[in-house]
Amino acid sequence: MSNKVIHALYNDDDILMDAVKKVKDKHIHIEDVFTPFPVHGLDKAMGLAPTRLAITAFLYGLTGLGFAIWMTNYMMIENWPQDIGGKPNFSWFLNMPAFVPIMFELTVFFAAHLMVITFYMRSRIWPFKDAENPDVRTTDDHFLMEIPIHNNEDELTSLLHETGAVEINVIDKN
Amino acid sequence: MSSHYEAPIREPLVLGEKSYHDITVDIAKPIEGKANKNWYIAFTISLIAFLWGIGCISYTIGTGIGVWGLNKNIGWAWDITNFVWWVGIGHAGTLISAVLLLFRQRWRMAINRSAEAMTIFAVFQAGLFPLIHMGRPWDGYWVMPIPNQFGSLWVNFNSPLLWDVFAISTYLSVSLVFWWTGLLPDFAMLRDRAVKPFQKKIYALLSFGWSGRAKDWQRFEEVSLVLAGLATPLVLSVHTIVSMDFATSINPGWHSTIFPPYFVAGAIFSGFAMVQTLLGIMRKVTNLENYITRLHVEYMNFVIMLTGGIVAVAYASEFFIAWYTGSPYENFTYMSVGAATGAYGWAFWSLILFNILIPQLLWVRKFRRSFIVSFLISIAINIGMWFERFDIIAIVLSKGHLPSTWSRFEPTFVDIGIFIGTIGFFGVLFLLYARTFPVIAQAEVKSILKVSGENYKKLRDGNHE
Repeated sequence: MSNKVIHALYNDDDILMDAVKKVKDKHIHIEDVFTPFPVHGLDKAMGLAPTRLAITAFLYGLTGLGFAIWMTNYMMIENWPQDIGGKPNFSWFLNMPAFVPIMFELTVFFAAHLMVITFYMRSRIWPFKDAENPDVRTTDDHFLMEIPIHNNEDELTSLLHETGAVEINVIDKN
Repeated sequence: MSSHYEAPIREPLVLGEKSYHDITVDIAKPIEGKANKNWYIAFTISLIAFLWGIGCISYTIGTGIGVWGLNKNIGWAWDITNFVWWVGIGHAGTLISAVLLLFRQRWRMAINRSAEAMTIFAVFQAGLFPLIHMGRPWDGYWVMPIPNQFGSLWVNFNSPLLWDVFAISTYLSVSLVFWWTGLLPDFAMLRDRAVKPFQKKIYALLSFGWSGRAKDWQRFEEVSLVLAGLATPLVLSVHTIVSMDFATSINPGWHSTIFPPYFVAGAIFSGFAMVQTLLGIMRKVTNLENYITRLHVEYMNFVIMLTGGIVAVAYASEFFIAWYTGSPYENFTYMSVGAATGAYGWAFWSLILFNILIPQLLWVRKFRRSFIVSFLISIAINIGMWFERFDIIAIVLSKGHLPSTWSRFEPTFVDIGIFIGTIGFFGVLFLLYARTFPVIAQAEVKSILKVSGENYKKLRDGNHE
């Protein structure tokens, strides 16, 4: 089986958006699009599912809040209660107002860091990772659409030319 | 084109006939080129100041806190003044990148990167002061809730000083992550342009292998939005908690319920002043005048006027309440007739002059759109906000409940040296940043070019004029 893909380069985001829509109308699968900046609506046009990172952030935040409650209760109430300024040390709930800042900060800490780590893992970006954009111009001013070829090279090439691609390359991907 | 509509009445944010490629070139230029003489002069001065600061810090740690001007009554002075000053300066960066993102303010994109860099570098300086003030910085880890050799004696979660530990470390680490995530696409741009193998390697490492897939961008935008939503209450909480270091004490002048909002407004006020100071210089040095424009300066001045106004009202209310209580103790707080006419009158009047009177010039449109006037006013505010913290700390502590304990604070050369040292350290970090990092979020600026670029606006609005 051939592993050929076609790389169509565009030099304008509006032309790219129209091209993506046209290609999608023909029910041709777009493998990926590489862009130098976020093009609004591109994910919808390509039919990408919405990301669930915000939901994970909420869950991580709850984890942080739970951890803060556990920690303040264990350290201040159970393990070593102390009389500090006459604040009640026998009940977590009565001492709770003094713990609100800690609960808030740990909620934010957990939500922010774990969400970003999840993002890095899901998008496979981390130190020493090699970049995967096929053309260096895609971080400058070019937009690249990658479409796998299934015995329809000529047909695809002419379609992509019509959509305003400035350059079309057929690549053997191994 | 219709999706890029912006009201013609809005001034363009990117000047000149810029294409996407021009933005890449403009922003990569300061990094790819050689540093000029001014950069080396500024760097040398900063480095000398930094080294002097290190000397003073070493002397303090080696000999003890006694080398400072502190005494029995004034146990906090320049150190905590500088701590609060630096933390406050940091607030503008988060405000620009988080709050203005939630409000969909496009003008933030030209300044958010540098403002956030400023935040991170300023919080570094801030963190140094409590650490040095401990006297035994090698025991600094005791502020962490970890079991220790004294049995399981834990940190005190009832104390605002410990809240500060959590707030500042959360703030620093979240700001750093927010900043770095935004930097990834810009480092990738530099990586893909680099010709020298060493540069390519470094930027490849820094960019974490960012490729710019549609899915990555979708996640990137969602993460930015959620981080902005988290950072907004976070930044408000940080200075709220800093103010609680004072407000939860029982000193007249500190024990004040308006401290949290008043401190937050003051922090943003001073932070924007610092952004104005830094960018006023940077736009010239890095030739980014087309991106950081008169309009950006004016918008920042609007924020300065608003937060400065809040601060002025807070001073007025503190002054009124101090007088209205009729309590003799209140007559020695930092905002009182006693302060205005007492030994620290010069500090009181400096605060009024630099923080309230001079910023009023910004009501004049000509002034707030002038680079040089904005720059000078921003320096005045930087000084004024330092005096605010000094006044709150030193004036209040100098006059306690017992007149026989009244004293005065005189800084020693070590106090001054450490403060100058942190300014130098900040300068060193910022200058290195300006030479090696993309100082403008170029990916974001590209995404608004068609909306707010001068040539695109002209093209679109041509037939309306």
